[in-house]
Amino acid sequence: MEASQFKSDQYVRFCPGCGDHAICMALQKAMAQIGIAPHEVAVISGIGCSSRMPHYLNTYGFNTIHGRGGAIATGVKTSHPELTVWQMSGDGDCLAIGGNHFIHEIRRNVDLNVCMFNNRIYGLTKGQYSPTSPKGFVSKSSPFGTVERPFVPAQLVLGAGGTFFARTLDVDMPTTVDCLVAAQQHKGCSIVECLVNCVIFNNGTHAWIADREQRAEHSIILKHGEKMIFGANKDKGLAVEIDPQTFVPKIVVVPADDPRVLTHDATQTDPTLHRLLALMGQDRYLEAYPQDLPEGKGDLPVALGVIRNVEAETYNDAVNQQIAEVREKAKAKTFDELTATLEQWTM
Amino acid sequence: MKNIVVRFCGDSGDGMQLTGNMFAQLAAEMGHEISTLPDFPAEIRAPQGTLGGVSAFQVELGSEVYTSGDKADVVVAMNAAALKVCALGSHFNHPQAHFDEEFSLFHKHAVVIVDTDSLTDKDLEKAQYHTDNPFTELGLPESVQIVPVALTTLTKEALKESGMDNKSVLKCRNMFALGLIYWLFDEPMEKAIHLLEEKFKKKPALVAPNTKVMVDGYNYGQNLALNVNQIHLSPALSHGEGASSLGGDGRETFTSIAGNKATAWGLIAAAEKAGKKLFLGSYPITPATDILHELAARKDMNVMAVQAEDEIAGVCTAIGAAFAGDLACTSTSGPGLSLKSEAIGLAVMAELPLVVIDVQRGGPSTGLPTKTEQTDLLQALYGRNGECPAVVIAASSSANCFDFAYEACRIALENMTPVILLTDTYLANGTALWRIPKLAELPAITPQSVPEELKGHYNPALRDERGVRYWAYPGMEGYEHRNIGLERDATKGTISTNPENHEQMVLARKKKIEQIANSIPELNVINGKAQGTKDILLVGWGSTEGHLHAAANEIGCDLAHFNYICPLPKNTREVLSQYKRIIVCELNTGQFAAYLRAQFPELKIEQYNEIQGQPFAVERIVKFVQQN
Repeated sequence: MEASQFKSDQYVRFCPGCGDHAICMALQKAMAQIGIAPHEVAVISGIGCSSRMPHYLNTYGFNTIHGRGGAIATGVKTSHPELTVWQMSGDGDCLAIGGNHFIHEIRRNVDLNVCMFNNRIYGLTKGQYSPTSPKGFVSKSSPFGTVERPFVPAQLVLGAGGTFFARTLDVDMPTTVDCLVAAQQHKGCSIVECLVNCVIFNNGTHAWIADREQRAEHSIILKHGEKMIFGANKDKGLAVEIDPQTFVPKIVVVPADDPRVLTHDATQTDPTLHRLLALMGQDRYLEAYPQDLPEGKGDLPVALGVIRNVEAETYNDAVNQQIAEVREKAKAKTFDELTATLEQWTM
Repeated sequence: MKNIVVRFCGDSGDGMQLTGNMFAQLAAEMGHEISTLPDFPAEIRAPQGTLGGVSAFQVELGSEVYTSGDKADVVVAMNAAALKVCALGSHFNHPQAHFDEEFSLFHKHAVVIVDTDSLTDKDLEKAQYHTDNPFTELGLPESVQIVPVALTTLTKEALKESGMDNKSVLKCRNMFALGLIYWLFDEPMEKAIHLLEEKFKKKPALVAPNTKVMVDGYNYGQNLALNVNQIHLSPALSHGEGASSLGGDGRETFTSIAGNKATAWGLIAAAEKAGKKLFLGSYPITPATDILHELAARKDMNVMAVQAEDEIAGVCTAIGAAFAGDLACTSTSGPGLSLKSEAIGLAVMAELPLVVIDVQRGGPSTGLPTKTEQTDLLQALYGRNGECPAVVIAASSSANCFDFAYEACRIALENMTPVILLTDTYLANGTALWRIPKLAELPAITPQSVPEELKGHYNPALRDERGVRYWAYPGMEGYEHRNIGLERDATKGTISTNPENHEQMVLARKKKIEQIANSIPELNVINGKAQGTKDILLVGWGSTEGHLHAAANEIGCDLAHFNYICPLPKNTREVLSQYKRIIVCELNTGQFAAYLRAQFPELKIEQYNEIQGQPFAVERIVKFVQQN
């Protein structure tokens, strides 16, 4: 199929230069690559810039209310598992007002593909800090800097028992398409954190890894089965060290030819290493803009690509299977048969 | 004797709900009409023997049973606390209170069976008595027939050879009391034993000891010829004689059903009739949870019941299912309805069918979770942002919860709108005699669909001649569209902020709800004894129908009882305007009265209200009308 088959007739109204344009195109490409017909696809969103996405996709779409996309998508997928269901959400929609639905769709492992657009700001309400804004972040609602600790989305996903987590960057189209396709192919709740730039209210929030000159040094694209090598000259690798005193494992940068360099296994069910990988470089985002941090902090590259991709039973399958099993054995399957089972008397 | 009211009361661990239910069911099987009222504390197990832990179950049986009864004629009090609460009614906490028939939960001629083994000094202390003679202290008049029975001792005696431990033996006390009541009403023991076997089907080990205790209780009454007269009720419906316009052979089948179960089954029937999958998104909340329980158990009926992470997710998963083409429902109580408001607004805006069941309880906030009230009416009508009309209907008996749940589904599916069905604790937990319908005899349901010729040209703003938008959903090729909670263009269906368009859309949504009046029944006046006179009209809605019907009979006036609230039946003005006095009676401070005044400003509307968490007492309504 062609990406154009997934384009709706609506004029795309994201701000010029917004990272959402790129994700929108990546979605159309990924959907074409996956090849599921538009009428078999439902795209559910909440409220926010990213939640406008369904309007630009020629599938079934539902742009709902703030934070509730996850619950509505859960209803669609559970009752109609034959549909492919996407959820479009942002860092505010997903992690603040919709936080409860977000962790529960992950906990239940509903077979949804969730694109969580993280621009670390509320854009549509014109520039308030979000749950992923770094501590001290100055915005219209935090004129003296926030005093809040931000979420690292990956930590929340893994904490809720997530089976799929990928991270991608608006300016990296191939990785984005790969992540979206992998999310669709994964059976279960797939979370794709899309790092997007808000050109109006939070320009450069991902510059640390988005700037072309720095990207190779500051990020690594993880690929299942491949060695974890990065750097402009592909001269660096990642390895695990265990602190002899505390026994705490940590990721360290080693020369690319070091035999300790790890090979990425996204399918490992134990999330320990996935967590270490997903948290790499995230300390840079906790307290300030990454580029403002002193040397020695956040020296690890930010991991992009599919970090975790494990199989587990999905909620929608389990629910439907239970119904099928009960019906298989049931004597009464219609209303009239059901009422016949009642303690009753004739008068 | 015509009708009689029996009240079982004891500690919340004494099994009063089970006992009462078994008695009510047998009574129903014997051809009596029944109406029941479980009345229990919010705590699952309050401290044993205390006033706060008293749990009760009341049933009225006989013929023309409209309510579960104002006051009991027969009482079983399993302990000192239950005796006190029942004797003093709402005044049980007043330090110097004495029996006063106005407040007591039983009549001054009532038969009161008391477990004398549960009146020890310790029991009296826990129930806050100050003397060692509870009967004198409560000031019970001599007309009250106290029947002291050593229930505990007699139960132990009955089971002394059973080898059961003391704790398990004591749990059977309620069956001794039940046996005694069966004797009092001269009920057949074979049927009673059969019923007990049914009730304990899943715990077969308990059948023998409980049967033994129950039969011993019955025999105790018979052998000792207790100093009370047996009660013989004339059955309302006799076996094999019922005249029916519906049943082919003139015989009809009945069962006793609780309101919540009837509600759940109404949804099941509607889904099958409409050819839709039934989806329930819900979150546990008293007193609505039994609807979730019932539907979670009905996987055999292909019901998809999701216990969501919160109230909002309950309604939102349902909205997702509605978007995907299902018959989608959510069940809750008042606090949950508050949480669902925004999402119901989304269903109004997206014009999706959705059934919202609000089993009202005492409010506001957490309020009185286990008590009954009609205080969510205005919330159901208006509690959403924007101009946000939705259909509001109300059930008026435990049995017709079935009919109105079914009707809620019909209206929602045919008109692409949320329908809020109001029931309440009284209906939900109470049971009534229900004539079991066949699916074929239920009204047809024709869910809104989309004409074939719109394939390739469909958008979600397109409406039929009634003003109801066409329904296409994922999986249908050629009808792909984007639905929204934002305002949409009246012709293109896409986002629009155009001022005239918004007004046009607000009016289109309003008109859509108003036209539903064309497909609901007209208001029927229930005539009291004085037919033809147009003097006093009692007006009510929802669960108070039985009480108002009984009150209208006693007063000799008419009753207009509403099940359809928004929109109102088309002849409402015509009916109301014929009366000199219109008295709206409801369990709130006058919400329906206010609604009617707003619709019909020319009418003078009086109101009678109670807000005590309890159903109306017929005698108080009668007194009010006659004295004012």
